[in-house]
Amino acid sequence: MNVAIKSIAEQRDFVVSSSSLKEVRSFSREVFEKVNINQDLKDELVLAIAEAAQNIVKHAYQGEDTDDKMEIKISLEKGHLEIGFFDKGRPVEEKNVRHRKIDDIKPGGLGTFFIQQIMDAVVFKEGEKPWINHLVLTKNLNV
Amino acid sequence: MSYKVTEEGNISTVHLDGEIDMDVTEKAKEIIMPLIEAKKEVHLNLKEVQYMDSSGISVLIESHQKATELGTKVVLKEISKSVLKVIMMAKLEQILNLD
Repeated sequence: MNVAIKSIAEQRDFVVSSSSLKEVRSFSREVFEKVNINQDLKDELVLAIAEAAQNIVKHAYQGEDTDDKMEIKISLEKGHLEIGFFDKGRPVEEKNVRHRKIDDIKPGGLGTFFIQQIMDAVVFKEGEKPWINHLVLTKNLNV
Repeated sequence: MSYKVTEEGNISTVHLDGEIDMDVTEKAKEIIMPLIEAKKEVHLNLKEVQYMDSSGISVLIESHQKATELGTKVVLKEISKSVLKVIMMAKLEQILNLD
C-alpha cells in the first residue's frame, strides 16, 4: 500500500476524562485524513487509539476525576506508524494488561483485544518525567 | 448520542443515533435496561450509529444477557457497517441476535 505522505508527527493533549474521547477520535481522524490508506483501516486505527485512551481513563486513573492531561502522539515515517500515549496515572504493569478470552462472553475487557487485533505491536514503557506511563502502538502501513 | 423509543405491542424499538463510547454507555443502559426489566422484546435500531467502541459492545452484551435471564430478547436491527465490523471483530455475530 502506498501511504503517500512520507512523514507525519502530530501530538495533542487531552484531559483524562471519558468526555475527551470524542476529541481524541476527531484528532485521530484529522491526522489520518492526510494519509492515503483505505477508510476501513483509518476507522480501525481511530478505534485502537480511542480504546487506548479509554484504558488510560479507566485503568491508569480508574475513572477518577482529574485535571491531568494525557498526550497522544501520532508519527508516520516511511509507512511505519507509531502512536504514543503518555499519562501520569498509576503505573501500568504489562503483566496485568490482558484481554479476556474472546469466547468468554461478558461485558468488558474487549478494548485491549481490539487494540491487539488492529496493531502490529503494543509496548508498555515507563514514562520519562513528567510521565508515568508510555504506551507505544505500532503498525506497518506498507503491506 | 441521541435516541428515540417507539412501542408496538410488546416490542420496544430503540433508535440510537450518533457515536456510542464510554461517555454515553450509562445513558444507553438507562434507556435499554428498564425496557428489558419490563420484559419487553427490545429492538435496537443501529442504522444511525456511526461509531461504537468496546464500551458500546459491552452494553449490547449486557442487554443480551439480561434479556436472556428474564426470558425475553434483544434484537439488533439495521446495523450500520461500522458497528457490524466491531461486532464481528469481537466475534459476537453468532452470540447476539442480529437481524
